[in-house]
Amino acid sequence: MTVFERPKALSDVATHYCPGCTHGIIHRLIAEALDELDLTGRTVGIAPVGCAVMAYDYFECDMIQAAHGRAPAVATGVKRAIPENIVFTYQGDGDLAAIGAAETLHAAARGEKITIIFVNNAIYGMTGGQMAPTSLPGQITQTSPYGRDVESAGYPIKVCELLATMNGTFYAERVSVNTVKNVRAAKNAVKKAFDYQNQGKGLSIVEIISTCPTNWGLSPQKSLDWLAQNMIPYYPLGVYRDRGAE
Amino acid sequence: MERVLMKGNEAIAEAAIMAGCRHFFGYPITPQTEVAAYMSKRLPKLGGVYLQAESEVASINMVLGASAAGVRAMTSSSSPGISLMSEGISYMAGCDLPAVIVNIQRGGPGLGGIQPSQADYFQATRSVGHGDFHVIALSPNCVQEMSDLTQSAFDLADIYRCPVMILGDGILGQMMEPVELRRIPERELPAKDWITSGTAGKRGHNIVNSLILKPEALEQSNFDRFDRYKLIEESEALCEEYMTDDADIVLAAYGAASRISKNAVLAARARGIKAGLLRPLTLWPFPKKNFAAAAAYAQAFISVEMSMGQMIEDVKLATECKKPVALCARTGGMVHSPDEILAKIISVNGGNYN
Ligand SMILES: Cc1ncc(C[n+]2csc(CCOP(=O)(O)OP(=O)(O)O)c2C)c(N)n1
Ligand code: SF4
Repeated sequence: MTVFERPKALSDVATHYCPGCTHGIIHRLIAEALDELDLTGRTVGIAPVGCAVMAYDYFECDMIQAAHGRAPAVATGVKRAIPENIVFTYQGDGDLAAIGAAETLHAAARGEKITIIFVNNAIYGMTGGQMAPTSLPGQITQTSPYGRDVESAGYPIKVCELLATMNGTFYAERVSVNTVKNVRAAKNAVKKAFDYQNQGKGLSIVEIISTCPTNWGLSPQKSLDWLAQNMIPYYPLGVYRDRGAE
Repeated sequence: MERVLMKGNEAIAEAAIMAGCRHFFGYPITPQTEVAAYMSKRLPKLGGVYLQAESEVASINMVLGASAAGVRAMTSSSSPGISLMSEGISYMAGCDLPAVIVNIQRGGPGLGGIQPSQADYFQATRSVGHGDFHVIALSPNCVQEMSDLTQSAFDLADIYRCPVMILGDGILGQMMEPVELRRIPERELPAKDWITSGTAGKRGHNIVNSLILKPEALEQSNFDRFDRYKLIEESEALCEEYMTDDADIVLAAYGAASRISKNAVLAARARGIKAGLLRPLTLWPFPKKNFAAAAAYAQAFISVEMSMGQMIEDVKLATECKKPVALCARTGGMVHSPDEILAKIISVNGGNYN
């Protein structure tokens, strides 16, 4: 008897992610949600520029590769063209909170009926570990070699808190995938986000606190520890907006 | 058919609707405002979508998404806004996506001014963005053509799977003329089997993408695209020939400048100078054949542009510099008078090509 198999929405290919990277888990959660809600045939996913740039090869639904930060605008175009479609973006922190901040905020302001899967690993992974808009105060990166100095580099952006203030945001939850318990909670959040979209509700975003062992310079296990000790205190997990429950 | 009095910008909008465009994304800027205003009034009544984006960066990417989903989509802007769209236009070219982009040009560089200009010729014909690609650039010179060419633009975009730009200027956009809102017969269009609108579980997934990491494969995809461009250059170039049959002095002008040039041609002829006009309706592809042919009979050319000598390069290339090419330029929102073009014709006729 098979007890654990590949979700149907996940393509049967090897991914290019580094060993121990949490992108893979997050892909799986999305695919499970699409399977369980039976949405794959109606879904269009938008891949970002970032480590997940080739996510278009990993999902069985139709996929578009967007310019850096523009995924919410592309998603808007798709959703407005075919409102019956389920449309999701998959974005890193540089993509969503730096170069694409305007597209993100305004998609939320408009209450665009899309789902954003936001992978916050506090670093620019793909380009080799530069400071991100979500890098922590004091965090050492390639471009903050003395640690992020908030006097000159400013403060990390708390995306869920920010979007929760906008009436167009229907659902915003921050989760992590660092423990089995958290993975289960993350799964529920992702599924809920898609479910809300399927019900025609406003923008849903799930921020997933993630690791980047390669550019953090830590082993996968130590990365999970670092995440728990440093990221979660700054980025508390929880539901920031759930208009379905209000 | 009945003719109605309409602004050029409104004719573009109505023509897009006639061509089946129901999705418009834009950001306000003078002097294209009427296109957006018209769309915001009409599209919701037709079950379409008018969406005011947060920037031109966003609006072109919304067009990209809608186009990928398979619908006819459009945006309009003016010069500074087109600069912001250049990233998205490059992605659309790389993804082989159709769309219509309207540029009602104003004077630049920078914020420039809001008066009519043709200073975005290089941008439209050389490179609207990074990478090896072209957009088809159409140039109407009256309200009727703004209607007709806009409809053609949607067909061209679908046939060749590329962005098509309508290059207008503030004069054409704002001026009112009688126009026959006729439906240009739709050309035979290829099936859109590449769209990302959901697999419905009936096919493998489609991917709209411009990332090709293997250089051999990226080169090949550019080769393939340029094969298509070659076809476009061979079959889609359009040019009006005005009194060129026996012309000694041939003017080259498009858009608003071509209207004034026609007056200058008539004035020159009244003085016994055999002047004529070649008016490209397609700036890319440039109607090279018309110019090459004219190089055989004309003594000299004059590029009449509301820019500091941009189209003149194409005139020189197309005529292989066989005859002198003079420049008659106004810029920054200033428009030629027929008299100053006439003075240039007289001067060139006298052998002064400066
Ligand atoms: C316009 C533009 N600027 C810069 C880049 C280079 N670039 C590629 S990925 C990336 C950062 C991605 O970081 P993030 O969004 O955090 O995703 P991650 O790689 O960490 O998953 C940058 C700056 C680009 N591709 N396009
Ligand atoms: S660079 Fe970091 S985020 Fe990117 S795949 Fe590797 S571990 Fe994951």
